[in-house]
Amino acid sequence: MRNDMIYMDNNATTRTDPRVVEAMLPWFTEKYGNAHSRNHAFGWEAEEAVEAARASVARAIGADPREIIFTSGATESNNLAVKGVAEFFVDRGDHFITSAIEHKCVSDSMKSLERSGRKVTFLGVDREGRIDLAALETAITDKTVLVSIMAANNEIGTVQDLAAIGKICKARGVLFHTDAAQMVGKQPIDVEAMGIDLLSLSAHKIYGPKGVGALYIRRSKPRVRLVAQMDGGGQERGLRSGTLNVTGIVGLGRALDIAMEEMETERVRMRALRDRFLSRIRANLDHIHVNGSMEHRIEGNLNISFAYVEGESLLMSLKEVAVSSGSACTSATLEPSHVLRAIGVGEELAHTSIRFGIGRFNTESEIDRVVDMLTEKVNRLREMSPLYEMVKEGVDLQTVKWNPH
Amino acid sequence: MPYSDKVVDHFENPRNMGSFAKDDKDVGTGIVGAPECGDVMKLQLKIVGDRIVDAKFKTFGCGSAIASSSYVTELVKGKSLDEAQDIKNVQIVEELALPPVKIHCSVLAEDAIKAAIADYRKRQGAETGEPAQSAS
Ligand SMILES: Cc1ncc(COP(=O)(O)O)c(C=O)c1O
Ligand code: FES
Repeated sequence: MRNDMIYMDNNATTRTDPRVVEAMLPWFTEKYGNAHSRNHAFGWEAEEAVEAARASVARAIGADPREIIFTSGATESNNLAVKGVAEFFVDRGDHFITSAIEHKCVSDSMKSLERSGRKVTFLGVDREGRIDLAALETAITDKTVLVSIMAANNEIGTVQDLAAIGKICKARGVLFHTDAAQMVGKQPIDVEAMGIDLLSLSAHKIYGPKGVGALYIRRSKPRVRLVAQMDGGGQERGLRSGTLNVTGIVGLGRALDIAMEEMETERVRMRALRDRFLSRIRANLDHIHVNGSMEHRIEGNLNISFAYVEGESLLMSLKEVAVSSGSACTSATLEPSHVLRAIGVGEELAHTSIRFGIGRFNTESEIDRVVDMLTEKVNRLREMSPLYEMVKEGVDLQTVKWNPH
Repeated sequence: MPYSDKVVDHFENPRNMGSFAKDDKDVGTGIVGAPECGDVMKLQLKIVGDRIVDAKFKTFGCGSAIASSSYVTELVKGKSLDEAQDIKNVQIVEELALPPVKIHCSVLAEDAIKAAIADYRKRQGAETGEPAQSAS
């Protein structure tokens, strides 16, 4: 990779922190035991390391270590939570509730439940990307088994009112699962205070390695049960068979320890970088719209529509910056982002949106460089844009009769 | 997604980007696509007698759409209206090595030529002064 590239796509994944890499290395080289080997020291030291990481995960979310199982990431945790609960509680009910802006691993798990005869309610969200708590209340029936609402959204960064959702679920006796892949380690989350029964997290979103994550499963009040989705050696209390990824788990534990330790200072720094970015962009360019909520948002995320400039062409112009776009033209299916659609961003603006994921390794000077490049490239593409020209001539684009194809 | 060298070249150095005065009697303007679809192309042809003597474009769209319209302005120059009318999108696909998901960008460019010619012919006949926005 060119080393003058600026990486600003930290909602997609993050660079593994060198301190995490350092913690992981011995577990590749000298300490390669299987954590399930009960009869020699290689196994014991691996098991000890796994348990230390389990304690780190538990501490980060206010849980007990016995409530944590390791998985291959948030995708697996979400699949296991949704499908595993559905299977176990098949006699309790057949209704599930989720939101319209979930990551595909939750929404497609829900769709798979629908295919097997269950009913799923997909709650809409407001312009900020938050679910309507009253709508949640109304949606719950005596057949509802599980509510799965993500903690923070990966495209627009919107944070839900988890405590309020947890309270409603508790009062109505339904389980509450949250996909917290984008939230854990960035803002405080506490399974007790927020009434969360299941929680998914992933290491690579928090400067840990890819391919490892965890699922929190409440042990009491209520005791959550699920059916394993993977058959095998019965590891992780039978809930997730397969030899543990000791190296990855050590990395996850270390990544979480660092994230928790630095959370408050990082939140302040991240917010300052984001505000600097936004105020400079606003000073330089007109017709820009921030998608999502400025109040309920993870600090590093910014999702901006640059009206009259198609997103893929802007990504192509920003050769030295790694960011992503909600534009249909960038996706294999040519479908625009379902999240932007759900918050009511018009298709014409969705095509112009770019997601910036500011992270731990970004600096103020990088922010300034990205702002300069963006300003130049957006202006250049607007010069090329017939829409911008029409707007400058005073044409109201809404009144033009277009010829969609 | 990796782009072909030719797409990158047209994108970085667009040929004939800009606008002619819309009410110029010798100019035909074609606007195709829609903002909701993420692509709008404006192609203008300057026509003397039966020949296209100059062309300009402005495009809102992905890199391949911008490259397709830039290439088309080169392609049509010097052609008669009938020759330009016969240009097919495959020619654009081949020249720019567009991948299958980007073929519609070339279709749009082909449509833009037809729309611009139709606008010119209409204006020569009726002088309405309004650019045609049809043909896709
Ligand atoms: C909100 C959310 N959930 C789930 C995932 C999937 O996580 P993983 O890559 O660990 O499977 C991601 C990241 O891609 C995410 O952003
Ligand atoms: S304009 Fe959308 S793919 Fe080309």
